[in-house]
Amino acid sequence: MSVDPEPRPAAGPQVGVDEWVARQAHRREYLPGWRGDAQRAGDRIGWWPRLAVAGLAGAALPLFLGGFQLQVGINALLLALLALGLNVVVGWAGLLDLGYVAFFGFGAYGFALLSSAKLGSSGIHLPAQVSLPIVIAGAAILGLLVGLPSRRLIGDYLAIVTLFFGEAFLEFTNNVAPTTLGGPNGIVGIDPIQGFGVQILTNKGYFYLLLILLVLTMAVLKLLDASRTGRAWRAVREDPLAAAAMTIPVNRVKLMAFAFGAMIAALAGTVFAAQQVSVFPPDFNTAYLILIYAGLILGGAGSIAGAVLGGLVVVVILDGLLRSPTDAGYIFYGLILLTLVVKLRPWRKLGAVLAATIAFGFAAHAIAAAVSASVVAGGPQSTGWIASALRDWVIVPGNPEVPGNIGYVLLICLLIALVQLKGRWRTLLLVPTIYLAACVWEARLVVEPSITRQILIGAILIVMMNARPQGLLGTRRVEVV
Amino acid sequence: MDFFVQELVNGLTTGALYALVALGFSMVYGVLKLLNFAHGDLYMVGAFVGYFVIQWFGGPTGLAIPVPVLLVIMFVLAAALVGALGVAIERFAYRPLRDAPRIAPLITAIGISFFLENSVLLLFGGQTRVYNTPDFISLSSGISIGPLNIDTVQIMVLVLGAALMIGLQLLVNRTKLGKQMRAVSADREAAEMLGISVNLTIAATFFLGSALAGVAGVMAGLMFNQVTNLIGFIAGLKAFTAAVVGGIGSIPGAMLGGLLIGIAESFITGYISSTYTNLFVFAILIVVMLVRPSGLLGRAQLQKV
Repeated sequence: MSVDPEPRPAAGPQVGVDEWVARQAHRREYLPGWRGDAQRAGDRIGWWPRLAVAGLAGAALPLFLGGFQLQVGINALLLALLALGLNVVVGWAGLLDLGYVAFFGFGAYGFALLSSAKLGSSGIHLPAQVSLPIVIAGAAILGLLVGLPSRRLIGDYLAIVTLFFGEAFLEFTNNVAPTTLGGPNGIVGIDPIQGFGVQILTNKGYFYLLLILLVLTMAVLKLLDASRTGRAWRAVREDPLAAAAMTIPVNRVKLMAFAFGAMIAALAGTVFAAQQVSVFPPDFNTAYLILIYAGLILGGAGSIAGAVLGGLVVVVILDGLLRSPTDAGYIFYGLILLTLVVKLRPWRKLGAVLAATIAFGFAAHAIAAAVSASVVAGGPQSTGWIASALRDWVIVPGNPEVPGNIGYVLLICLLIALVQLKGRWRTLLLVPTIYLAACVWEARLVVEPSITRQILIGAILIVMMNARPQGLLGTRRVEVV
Repeated sequence: MDFFVQELVNGLTTGALYALVALGFSMVYGVLKLLNFAHGDLYMVGAFVGYFVIQWFGGPTGLAIPVPVLLVIMFVLAAALVGALGVAIERFAYRPLRDAPRIAPLITAIGISFFLENSVLLLFGGQTRVYNTPDFISLSSGISIGPLNIDTVQIMVLVLGAALMIGLQLLVNRTKLGKQMRAVSADREAAEMLGISVNLTIAATFFLGSALAGVAGVMAGLMFNQVTNLIGFIAGLKAFTAAVVGGIGSIPGAMLGGLLIGIAESFITGYISSTYTNLFVFAILIVVMLVRPSGLLGRAQLQKV
């Protein structure tokens, strides 16, 4: 009997294939030859050696990092930890928690109150081994309380309740309790983390503390993922009714996910407060919440490694934008190149698009300069060698603000058109789109790095959800019909 | 007593505003079962459109055209542009996700909201834009009954709001489009099988809902005078609350919820403290959700398996 070649799996969500079958199918997708052997060998390594290697690699990093880079590293680890906690609620239990950042704030404020001069006449200065458990237990209880509505509310309603909870937390810290919580002035002069005779005073110390916490949390979550509870969370996410029929206590499982996420967020909050030495209400606003979501979604909701990677990447890229126009330029053009290299196949096409873009730019610049000198009077707004290399390539008018804005709107229209087109037309349109993106970047975006950062966060959510909902590392969700 | 009536009138006008935003929100939820977090930001874009129309025609003190014409242009342009923006968002961001897990379009909606907020910040800057309504619509023109003052803008908001709500109610209950919208809302697949163009119906719903948000944005600009790129967030939250309190997916519910939230807010600000307003609104929402999760006028839905 002849063996038919394996049919290629159809694009889009596979219907009626469960997790086990999907994993089997993945196993059959090994590359041929030695690359397949390498893949297989990689898959055979257990999770804990990989985690250990990743942790050791992270531990070596501070040896090479300077002051600012170390701070970025701390921010990145913090966001990775937060994304891990959010992964439990959103990725595993499938509950949309829009008040997550308030638990982070609760941890920070809780730690701040317990280890500063704010409460009482001389203040409370508890060691970490006392204050951390108090704060984390408090966050778990708060998580249970906020999660309570989820007993009656399905998906969307829960999102609203938690969103309001997040807003209420901001309002509370800002207005309602200004004497105890400092109001807009926040709490300053927070003790460093101290316990068992050790005091963490340097950024390097906090980097290592966060790294250890992150690796430990990952290990705990890995065990939890394979446990009864982990399976129950995923069952509830896929179909609460069926889960209930399988005697899973749906409400209790949901509440547990909530509390667990809240605990991880509060843990991150304590380290944040101790490292920053101060906490202010805007640290816990919606923008930060959306940053955590961007990290989780980019890496892949439902995947531990994905959440961590997404959190790290988002912070490193977005904080790098703020550093200097030169660094921002590296990131911007680097990302465009990386996307093209990953997405454009074969190599001939990639080369053609790049060459065409370069030629297009010089032609457009020459024409524009011939028509009117003022159209190209501005020159690139960024600095460094990239800017001088692009001087005769991008069109930046003398007063770049208004044309840059128009270009920005046009760029969004072009990007939408690009998504809609297929085949050759898409490749053709890619050339002016990249060129326009570079022009808008040089004219407008590089001047406003913080706004660009926020726009990119929003764009990450939209693009990832539409193009690759499983994220960079997540496994494709299998739709059961 | 006078204070009470005055606060009631103020509450009704703000309530009419919230109701308009809540209507669009509720309609979209009806057909797509999607909480459109970007709805509040459409309202913000509407307010900006109104502002730029005033500037285009010479600014608040040197208007080149009569005030009624200006108002008509503001409302029509805001409705058209914001409506188109809503349709575009639906077409390019939500439609590909129509059969995805429920959480995917929600996260996309958050992304769109953030994207719009910051795009407007990039394009128009972070400074507060001021309508200066009193410069072209005098505060003293209006109705004064004893100590009670209702200025022209408030009258306009109330009348226009009521007219739009009645119009929408008629559209949904009496026209073919309304029938299609109700059918899609009840069961999308069945509606498709009966020959209803689901895509067109959803696009129309988005257009109507977003246009209402645009009109509400212009009203807010006229009434509160100040426009920034962040006004959409809080207004969106209030509108969510209104829609949920009234019963999400229900059009009379959204109106009732909007008016209730507006009045409650006005009384809390007037009698208790303006600091706690948002917290009280939040408390109302929690109580309604716990006591009557389907809202005041909503029907409890049986979960289909």
